[in-house]
Amino acid sequence: MPDIQALVSDLASKLRKRRVQGSYETARLTAELLCAVILQHKEPTTNGAASLIEAVRRVGEQLIAANPVELAVGNIVRHVLHIIREEDLSPLTDIVGELKLSAEDDVEDIAEDENSQKSSATTDGCLLKPPLLLAVFEHLPDSATACQTFSSENIFAGKADKSAKKLKSELIKAVNELIEDINTCREGIAEQAMELIHQNEVILTLGHSKFVKEFLCAAKEKKRSFEVFIADGAPKFEGHILAKELDKKGLKAIVITDSAVFAMISRVNMVIVGVHAVMANGGVIAPAGLHVLALAAKKHDVPFVVVASTHELCSLYPHNLEVLLNEMRCPSELLNFEEFSDCIDYGIASSSSLLHVVNPAFDYVPPELISLFVTDIGGYSPSYIYRLIADYYSSEDLPPQQKPAS
Amino acid sequence: MGAQKKRAAAAAAAARVSEDPDDLARQPLQAILLADSFTTKFRPITLERPKVLLPLVNVPMINYTLAWLEAAGVAEVFVFCCAHSKQVIDYLENSEWFSQPNFTVKTIESHNIISAGDALRLIYEQNVIHGDFVLISGDTVSNMSLTQALQEHKERKKKDNNAVMTMIIKKSKPSPITRQSRLGTDELFMAIDPNTKQLLYYEDKADHSKGTICLDKMLLAENPSISLHNDKQDCYIDICSPEVLSLFTDNFDYQHLRRHFVKGLLLDDIMGYKIFTHEIHSSYAARIDNYRSYDIVSKDIIQRWTYPYVPDVKFCGNRATKLERRGMYRALEIEQSRSAQVGSFTVIGYGTKIGSNSKISDSVIGEGCTIGSNVLIEGSYIWDNVIIEDGCELRHVIVCDGVIMKAGAVLKPGVVLSFKVVIGERFVVPAYSKVSLLQQPTVHDSDEELEYADNSSGTVEFSSIQGTADQSNGEMTSESSEAHKPKLGTGGVGYIWSICEGGQEEEWRHSVAPIPEDKLTELSEAMDDDQELVTQDRTALSTSGELISDSNASEGDDNEDSKDDSVYFEKEVEATFLRAVEENVKVDHVILEVNSLRLSYNMTSADCAGAVFYSMMKLAIKTPHSSAIGLLTLYPSPFSMVASNAYPIYLSGELQQNTANIITTWQKLLKSYLLEIDEEIEIILKFEEMCLESAKEFSPLFARILHILYDKDILQEDAILRWADEKEGADESDKVFVRQSEKFIQWLREASEEED
Repeated sequence: MPDIQALVSDLASKLRKRRVQGSYETARLTAELLCAVILQHKEPTTNGAASLIEAVRRVGEQLIAANPVELAVGNIVRHVLHIIREEDLSPLTDIVGELKLSAEDDVEDIAEDENSQKSSATTDGCLLKPPLLLAVFEHLPDSATACQTFSSENIFAGKADKSAKKLKSELIKAVNELIEDINTCREGIAEQAMELIHQNEVILTLGHSKFVKEFLCAAKEKKRSFEVFIADGAPKFEGHILAKELDKKGLKAIVITDSAVFAMISRVNMVIVGVHAVMANGGVIAPAGLHVLALAAKKHDVPFVVVASTHELCSLYPHNLEVLLNEMRCPSELLNFEEFSDCIDYGIASSSSLLHVVNPAFDYVPPELISLFVTDIGGYSPSYIYRLIADYYSSEDLPPQQKPAS
Repeated sequence: MGAQKKRAAAAAAAARVSEDPDDLARQPLQAILLADSFTTKFRPITLERPKVLLPLVNVPMINYTLAWLEAAGVAEVFVFCCAHSKQVIDYLENSEWFSQPNFTVKTIESHNIISAGDALRLIYEQNVIHGDFVLISGDTVSNMSLTQALQEHKERKKKDNNAVMTMIIKKSKPSPITRQSRLGTDELFMAIDPNTKQLLYYEDKADHSKGTICLDKMLLAENPSISLHNDKQDCYIDICSPEVLSLFTDNFDYQHLRRHFVKGLLLDDIMGYKIFTHEIHSSYAARIDNYRSYDIVSKDIIQRWTYPYVPDVKFCGNRATKLERRGMYRALEIEQSRSAQVGSFTVIGYGTKIGSNSKISDSVIGEGCTIGSNVLIEGSYIWDNVIIEDGCELRHVIVCDGVIMKAGAVLKPGVVLSFKVVIGERFVVPAYSKVSLLQQPTVHDSDEELEYADNSSGTVEFSSIQGTADQSNGEMTSESSEAHKPKLGTGGVGYIWSICEGGQEEEWRHSVAPIPEDKLTELSEAMDDDQELVTQDRTALSTSGELISDSNASEGDDNEDSKDDSVYFEKEVEATFLRAVEENVKVDHVILEVNSLRLSYNMTSADCAGAVFYSMMKLAIKTPHSSAIGLLTLYPSPFSMVASNAYPIYLSGELQQNTANIITTWQKLLKSYLLEIDEEIEIILKFEEMCLESAKEFSPLFARILHILYDKDILQEDAILRWADEKEGADESDKVFVRQSEKFIQWLREASEEED
């Protein structure tokens, strides 16, 4: 059994050195790591959940500090913490069963709701669900804290040992489900393609996103015929890769430059893009260039659809984003160093270099510009994102993580 | 038939199997990291701390190299520590490098190694390198991917076992005015076969004043196409096959990786080893070789060309730093006054305090520094725990750990303050001066200077540095001419090193400060003059790489330069020869040593023959003939000049005897350079010159010694006759010796006629 600390520092160093990038990959690795953490966690006889929460949080802090820009790491950590808190409640509520009628009912309701919500989203393909059972959600923080106090007081010491084991196995099951969700989220998203892409439509996308690719391919497989404009996504030009992949699938793809999006937008029926993270206010952090595209779409009233999975849901609010949550990448993606090396000569007093290259990785697109989020649990409007976040993360976990990584 | 086929198939399969495990059990990639540059360019700082641990944008340099090696897929690194090895090892032990999964760092320590060649020989003895390895020095910053270069190297190696090394190069235009690249290294000339990328010629010490470089015509004869570059930068990252180590061991005189090893391999076509190049385009690679490259690479890092090895990425356990707008990097817990102006492209380390109205731009400030108010810092590198009091001014300087600058002190561009120096109140440190707590070593340690012993250009420019130093800063020279006394203002601690240390390159070329404008105009004017000359010549084209024969170097100073070179060469050969005589070294070894000198000075074998002959004759004079008169000849100048014509005959007889003895003993050495008749004529001319100038004792003996040389088969009659023919038309004064040996020549002529 490998040492947990070694695994943690391995992933942390991978994140630090930018070896692992992209929300899907980071989310998957983080979830797997946390699963191992839970599995190997030696629980003290008392208060198992709290110590488990502490352990997961410690690991999470290390991972988040490693690369604060990869928000998916923090999302998964927070979600796992949320799962632990939830699971911690259910056995206790079993024990306290009759005593705590109201609280138990609420909690079970929530669990059921969650399940039904997921299944309904995926199976029914129901889009734009109305806010569900708001009343029940409203109770959530209260009941959680109530039961929290119960668990910490640990009145039922006799049954604690048994419940701890049960808790652990339940947790492993839940986290494995989460990993499964992450792995299958693309299919979940792709299933909704038919609802959104109609015959003979023109779709515009920018750069390369696996979600978008699957989404488009799913529509194609169901014999929808449509064409796709691909803005090439400077400076990495990943749009070219997408164009190739779509071509293999038999989709008609037309590559344009990023600067041509405004010229093309009037012919487009819908813009579909993938993003880096979805912020709590419904705005998104997305590859550089998307803000312009979003503005162009707004100008022509073209629907701007964001495909995102739930692990991209971030509980942070966008605040000073350009500085705090942006990554300045290597300027050699833009300019060939050797060709400009004589311009970038600081060695001569008379012509100290005036040429600088700035290559930000991300843009922030405000929620007003986004028409719809398509997630693996259904479609939502930007204004509903904060509710999803309340579903996915416990409020207790938010404050310490919001501190800038140290 | 079928059986045969089957057997053949089996054999083929076996061959494949034997090949496959080779591929499968591929050696994990190893690397040798030289944590010592074996130079003295970073003195005085490197007297106290090894170069690889100097902070580069607040991270010790070696971390950049190790982080890159790890990312490039190297599995095992041998860090070779020499100078301050303890510090390096301590640092590595406390760092996270020893605890990385899939990446092992091992240190090799040695204290008496003085060159990269010795280091590689030692590593070879330890027998730790089993396959291809990356050879790199611990001051290299890169983010390139090795995969492609490595694959090319392996494929070439499979086809041609002699392809032992792949050198990484990068395009970088040298400035046409200063003749140096942006990293402050000299213009580098390379000839590369454009198809195979084989390196054919490498010259980093070209003589710029001439505007010409010389290529061996064999190069052109043997290669169908050849491209000559002056715009390539050597990244000092080499992918080597294990043979490289054994080559170093076989050629014990290889010291420098480039000057000896690469050039040696290129010139020596007996073994047929080949070096190839791999050019990188978008990724970054540079070696910090001098203060200028320290400045330039720091700025490249801040501008993120080295991504992901940039301050805000924690690639090696460095402190968290945030990138803010306009390229400002700030660590945590910085106390900054509201009125302080921190400009763009500045890095400020953890826990630093900045006072009010201070202005900082384009600089790197280390951890825990205290900067007072009204301080001006521009383009400077301030390391950790430096205290700068109010009103100081720093422009383009390096300030090491623990320095204290009292209020109002001013550092002019190019100053380097070593560890814990204290600068007194309102003291102005003159430009380009180096200040250290340690005194400047007055006697140069010949071992450490070894790398530069053969640096001919430096010594040539010695006088001109003194000149410019005088001009540019009167007070500085007046100060440095005094003895080493602390004179850094009231309360100052430290010594100002005198400026033209070791007679190296001009200071401004390699300093942290940008090249001053007047220097540039001066240089470009000089260049214009040169170009006028060149255009008059109509043959030379300075940078275009056109090939010009050596003979038309018409400018006066060119001849001087090459003359200087040959004078040094002769001296070296003489020293080598005398040592050989004293220590009774074998002739073969002397030949080897002289050969290596020839390579490093780029001399022809005619020069060698001349120099060897010269040293032999000198020895003949120095050998005491008979006790009484020998003394006189040991102090030859005034006496012999007067007396040379009336030299007592018995003395000449003894001198002749001595000469004959020495020639007999060392004839093998001399003969090894007499490949053709030209070299033999060169010897006669040399001898003639000696008789006229430096060793007049020989003048009465000229004909006899000529005879001896003929008897010993050193000179052939053709050579002597041709020499005589050449002299036919010369001045009367030149013909003294021809006259003297007229009889002998006559005899030779007759002999040859008889033979016919």
